[in-house]
Amino acid sequence: MSREITYKEAINEALAQEMERDSTVIVMGEDNVGGHGSPGVLDAWGGVLGVTKGLYGKFGDRILDTPISESAFIGSAIGAATQGMRPVAEIMFVDFMGVCFDQILNQAAKFRYMFGGKAKTPVVIRTMYGAGFRAAAQHSQALYPIFTHVPGIKCVVPSSPYDVKGLLIQSIRDDDPVIFFEHKVLYSMKGEVPEESYTIPFGKANIVRKGKDVTIVAIGRMVHMATEAANKLAKEGVDCEIIDPRTTSPLDKVAILTSVGKTGKLVVVDESSPRCGMAADISAIVAQDAFDALTAPIAMVTPPHVPVPFSDSLEDSYIPNAAKVEAAVQSVVGHRVAAAAR
Amino acid sequence: MAATLAKDELLAATLTKEELLKAYRIMKTIRVFEDRVHVEFATGKIPGFVHLYAGEEAVATGVCMHLGDSDVIGSTHRGHGHCIAKGVDVVGMMAEIYGKATGSCAGKGGSMHIADVSRGMMGANGIVGGGPPLACGAGLALKYKQNKGVSVAFFGDGGSNQGTTLESLNLASVWQLPVLFVAENNGYAESTGVKFNVPTPNISDRAAGFGMPGVTVNGNDFFAVYEAAGAAITRAREGKGPTLLECKTNRFYGHFEGDAMTYRAPGEVQKLREECDPLKIFAQKVTSTGQLAAADLAAIDKEVEALIDAAVAKAQAAPKPAAGELLTDVYISY
Repeated sequence: MSREITYKEAINEALAQEMERDSTVIVMGEDNVGGHGSPGVLDAWGGVLGVTKGLYGKFGDRILDTPISESAFIGSAIGAATQGMRPVAEIMFVDFMGVCFDQILNQAAKFRYMFGGKAKTPVVIRTMYGAGFRAAAQHSQALYPIFTHVPGIKCVVPSSPYDVKGLLIQSIRDDDPVIFFEHKVLYSMKGEVPEESYTIPFGKANIVRKGKDVTIVAIGRMVHMATEAANKLAKEGVDCEIIDPRTTSPLDKVAILTSVGKTGKLVVVDESSPRCGMAADISAIVAQDAFDALTAPIAMVTPPHVPVPFSDSLEDSYIPNAAKVEAAVQSVVGHRVAAAAR
Repeated sequence: MAATLAKDELLAATLTKEELLKAYRIMKTIRVFEDRVHVEFATGKIPGFVHLYAGEEAVATGVCMHLGDSDVIGSTHRGHGHCIAKGVDVVGMMAEIYGKATGSCAGKGGSMHIADVSRGMMGANGIVGGGPPLACGAGLALKYKQNKGVSVAFFGDGGSNQGTTLESLNLASVWQLPVLFVAENNGYAESTGVKFNVPTPNISDRAAGFGMPGVTVNGNDFFAVYEAAGAAITRAREGKGPTLLECKTNRFYGHFEGDAMTYRAPGEVQKLREECDPLKIFAQKVTSTGQLAAADLAAIDKEVEALIDAAVAKAQAAPKPAAGELLTDVYISY
């Protein structure tokens, strides 16, 4: 039975259903309950944007407030995972990952390999990402490329309420360390979500829209920019295929290469910073593995190489939008190989 | 209010002959293992970096004698002593240090990452301060399991300043986790001395700030460590929360093998080997009280030498990992 709920509610539901099913699942983060040690009520916040509200009432001390000490509590979640628990810990804004990156980079990511296959670290680290809230440079980044870069880590970037629930349940059941990226602007997005528990496999892209003229690979919130652009382009006779990888690690290269094999043209839309970002990564894979299929240069639609600005007009110009995607598609489909001067 | 262990909480060590022999065997195994790695490393056949524990044996042994397989420890880059005291197989350890396929970590971790998660050894750690948060996590898991298990976080005087360590002291205290924090103060953080790095006379001074008992003991004396660790571990098992135990000790070798140690005073190490050797101190105590005979210790010496000889021979003869192992065990599934 599906019904319409928000992306935020879908996350809450995934957590509640998994905590119900498996007693080793615990949740922790700053203000994930809210109110501990304070004179007012408990579950005062349920997470800074209310994503974990209500879990304390159902599960008590299986959801923990933490002091502001990411190194310690993210490290604790990782340590507890090696000892039989399945923790879901939160880095409130992914921008804060700098204060605890070692525990993820050098500990969780590497235990299985360094210990010769003899460790299991089934930890999920949920984190908010993305611009659009006028939260400025230190609360608006899209840092999944940095985690994608690290062998041993899996990265999930869901674009819809349906995907966020299925992918979070999959993440909790997965035995490897997973970083789960929730776009803060998408929290209020509504979509059809089944009531029952379900999973979506990692490394399996969603073909959001089938088309024959150009492949658009879009990540996270950018899927919706691409969709808006595609709808407009359809009226101009350009038929776009939109691929949502859902996970940047593992990446569904087969779906992307198959699509480019069909269309010959690629536009990548990504909110992460352009240098060493996902757009560059996907473009390089396609340029290497589908060179002969390409009939135009690859176009990348990303923010500029700048921190996220505060002022609303500047932030709006920072974030890739449907108009920019449209322009990129037009340049790619309009490409003609320049005749060599003889 | 200063939070320190009351004198009557320091239980007198009443060890049986078997326990004394076990303690000596562990310390001797660590000493012979490390001395031998020192020799073998100089031949150039051991890859990478090694950081030797010789001189600090009483700390690992005095703490780990109170632990079973369901208790968990987090270690440091100087982790061979912790591994041996926690019961990790010495033959596998030596093979790992040589980077061989038969190593504890299949040759993929090396000296700084020896682990045996099945025996509660969460791994030596190449990141200073990397262990305490993980040990808090183990403590958290043990608290949920309600099995009176404890977690031990070893770190050094250098690691005592890392933010991760200080955050872990705080977290273990506010969450009341069953963790023993052991500060192995060997006086040096690489080449800089503890007087430069730590502003108070004792690292244990920090405990009060984090709401837990703090105590400093002579880390060269197995019995002092054993008593203090026992009291702290009992507290933790009884749900009374964490303790910070500082053990002042010495490392006989450099920070890493190859360290010329010019930051140490001339004759310093020689003096320490004569006056502060935990094995000599232990042997002197147990033989002077008649608890053990010199012959008992000599017998252990002989067995341990043979064990380490065999471990080295096996390590040298073992094959390197197969080429395909480069790509295995990054994930459980991908």
